[in-house]
Amino acid sequence: MDTMSLLMQGFAVALTPESIMFAVIGAILGTLIGALPGLGPANGVAILIPLAFSLGLSPTSSLILLTSVYAGAMYGGRISSILLNIPGDEPAMMTCLDGYPMALKGKAAEALAISAIASFIGSFIATIGLVILAPILAKFALRFGPSEYFALFALAFATLGGITGKNQFKTLMAAAIGLMIATVGIDISTGVQRFTFNTLELFEGVDFIIAIVGLFAISELLFFLERHAGDGLKQVAINKLKLSAKDIIKVLPASFRGAVLGFVAGVLPGAGASLGSFISYTLEKRVSDKGEFGKGDPRGVAAPEAGNNGAASGALVPMLTLGVPGSGTTAVLLAMLISLNISPGPMLFQQNADLVWGVIAAMFIGNLVLLLLNIPMVGIFVKLLSIPPKYLMPIVTLVASVGIYSVSHSALDLYFMVGFGVAGYIFRKVDIPLVPIILGMLLGPEMEKSLRHALVLSDGDWSVLFNSGLSIGLWTVAILGLVLPIIVGPIVRAKMKKSKESVKDA
Amino acid sequence: MLNNISLKSVLISGAVALTIAGQAYAYEPARSGECIAPANPGGGWDFTCRSVGKVLVDQGYFKGNVQTVNMTGAGGGVAFAHTISKRDKDDNLVVAASTATTTRLAQGQFPGMNADQVKWVGTLGADYGIIAVGKDSKYTSLTQVLDALKKDPSAVKFAGGSASGGWDHLKVLMTAQKANVENLPKVRYLAFSGGSEALVQVVGGHVDAFTGDISEVKGFMDSGDLRVLAVLSEERLPAPFDSIPTAMEQGIDSVAPNWRGFYVPGNSSPESYDWWVKTIDELYTTQEWKDIMTKNGLMPFHKSGAEFTQFVKNQTLDIKILSQDIGLIK
Repeated sequence: MDTMSLLMQGFAVALTPESIMFAVIGAILGTLIGALPGLGPANGVAILIPLAFSLGLSPTSSLILLTSVYAGAMYGGRISSILLNIPGDEPAMMTCLDGYPMALKGKAAEALAISAIASFIGSFIATIGLVILAPILAKFALRFGPSEYFALFALAFATLGGITGKNQFKTLMAAAIGLMIATVGIDISTGVQRFTFNTLELFEGVDFIIAIVGLFAISELLFFLERHAGDGLKQVAINKLKLSAKDIIKVLPASFRGAVLGFVAGVLPGAGASLGSFISYTLEKRVSDKGEFGKGDPRGVAAPEAGNNGAASGALVPMLTLGVPGSGTTAVLLAMLISLNISPGPMLFQQNADLVWGVIAAMFIGNLVLLLLNIPMVGIFVKLLSIPPKYLMPIVTLVASVGIYSVSHSALDLYFMVGFGVAGYIFRKVDIPLVPIILGMLLGPEMEKSLRHALVLSDGDWSVLFNSGLSIGLWTVAILGLVLPIIVGPIVRAKMKKSKESVKDA
Repeated sequence: MLNNISLKSVLISGAVALTIAGQAYAYEPARSGECIAPANPGGGWDFTCRSVGKVLVDQGYFKGNVQTVNMTGAGGGVAFAHTISKRDKDDNLVVAASTATTTRLAQGQFPGMNADQVKWVGTLGADYGIIAVGKDSKYTSLTQVLDALKKDPSAVKFAGGSASGGWDHLKVLMTAQKANVENLPKVRYLAFSGGSEALVQVVGGHVDAFTGDISEVKGFMDSGDLRVLAVLSEERLPAPFDSIPTAMEQGIDSVAPNWRGFYVPGNSSPESYDWWVKTIDELYTTQEWKDIMTKNGLMPFHKSGAEFTQFVKNQTLDIKILSQDIGLIK
């Protein structure tokens, strides 16, 4: 009940006209930033920090603005995933898998509406989770030691085959490429530089934002050039929205599952929104025995969207309660908090109760605003993307390049971006999936660090990896994730084939 | 309408950052300045730039703005290289630095660069090193930890936010060396990507001890999850940290201030260097800066001009000798 009264106080802060204004501005800007490929939430928030400072906003207003941008970007990321097959941000990768096929089938409007509803459910449930579970989950996160983290990352890699499905070998190869890129830079466990060739810019490794922009956005530009020179251009047409209550009800279970999973993934530090959408999608694919995942199943749009929005709010739990960012974006938000002389940590909820609860209440309001914005006004955001690609692609490339350059001020990063673009083009030509590359880059260094730490703590005894109930549980799920597809896969595929045939018959 | 304006400002601020990074203006102390924070937003360097920039504008040293530019890479190496190669004569540029900068210079981690290539302006405070354990730890004093290390150098495992060989690691080794612990390379250190990540592992009971700075531990100290065994300062810190004993009180002569300060380009004009030194001296005495120090756990530590330059030289040499002694560098 104490929590309730604090939350009510929070609403008193969040419902002031000033707060509502910043929530609305943040939501709109965030959606725009999210919709533009390459400018993910982390970049978006990072670029807006100077704005918040130069306007001289109070800490509460700044945070409301930036968390709304964050939430908006998570919503916006799906728009270009669905319409262009380019993820607007990294967690929106999974939405491409079914969203784009839906759009190709002439159901772009439905895909956008379903994903907006799923995003709302994801954020809403996760924000409720944040309110209820923040103190409890903060303690749970403390139980994750190096060996538990290692098991968690092993679980992520074990279930990797589930995303792309078709060619396990190419998936593995892609993950290995990601892991290889991840070894560049200083090895913090020994202080030794690996594969840096005395180039200062490589000392801290290859930034995965650059890889994402290159692999996805620049390769898309190259594909566009190629198509334009060849067969001409195939554009996704936006249809009129025909969404019945039945359609919405059909994706509700997927949205709820995705929301909960995403929230849990977000709460675990270092896991973040990408893992949230990834796990939600793969689980949904496993749980739903029939359907056309990968070919435009609405549930394949709802689950990852609920997942990544759930994770986005979930990631605020470790950030606010422990001062440990759960994702790239929360790391930027953490930076913002520290710049405002607010130190996140276990005492934050006591010392800055007004601010924390005001922001949480603002998230509820921001979500409502986003849902309202995204259903009737989705046309406006879509217009932005239905600009002919010959205008849009150069603009996107420019914005992406400026975004990349403004983060690091390094021209080498731009060369890398172009290099990744060419590599992405080749990978797509030979059907090597791009998602596992990114996951390898994101999770590889963390996994290596966890293993080393676990072994240092045990003086080289490998049994430390299985010494707690939590890690044994994680290993069990990992093994199931690896083995089940091999056994169950053929059965599911047979079922899928059957259901497809019955659809054809009807 | 409003959102249009905001979007424009966003684009403009991006464009401004680009322009500033690419040009050097003539020296006029009363106009805008630039501060490079050689790391992502959120770290100590970023804090140094942003808070000093704010005070400089508030106190009227700059009529315009002091823009903070984050230039990440190589633990400050990218910004250092940028300063000496592209901005060598820029009078309006300061770059945030700390003990991490001197540590890397001393260990040759900025290849082909050394401390003499820039001019060292001054410090504005220090964050003192601490050694801490979780609340359920069997250790209640620094002496107990060091006695355990004397018996077996790998008996206590330390977690910290810097890479192996970095400042957090060196603090442990320096303290152990003063206590005559033998076989220092055997002391176990777990490198995390940041102090907070390391702290959580110690509070969670996964790692024995934490090595870091006093500003990193306030939250967990107040909540009672962390027991700070010693602060590596000459005297006890002011309240609310006055209950923490120093290492010296416990008979170990180990002092580790992580100073926060600035350098300017090596060939900037002598007039501008003098102006910066004078300004930092004045800024240090303002009430506004004192409040910022109190709020952020920064402790008094002020050196500037020639004194600071000598200090940097000595510290670089000390760290070099220590790193060689314990086998971190050859």
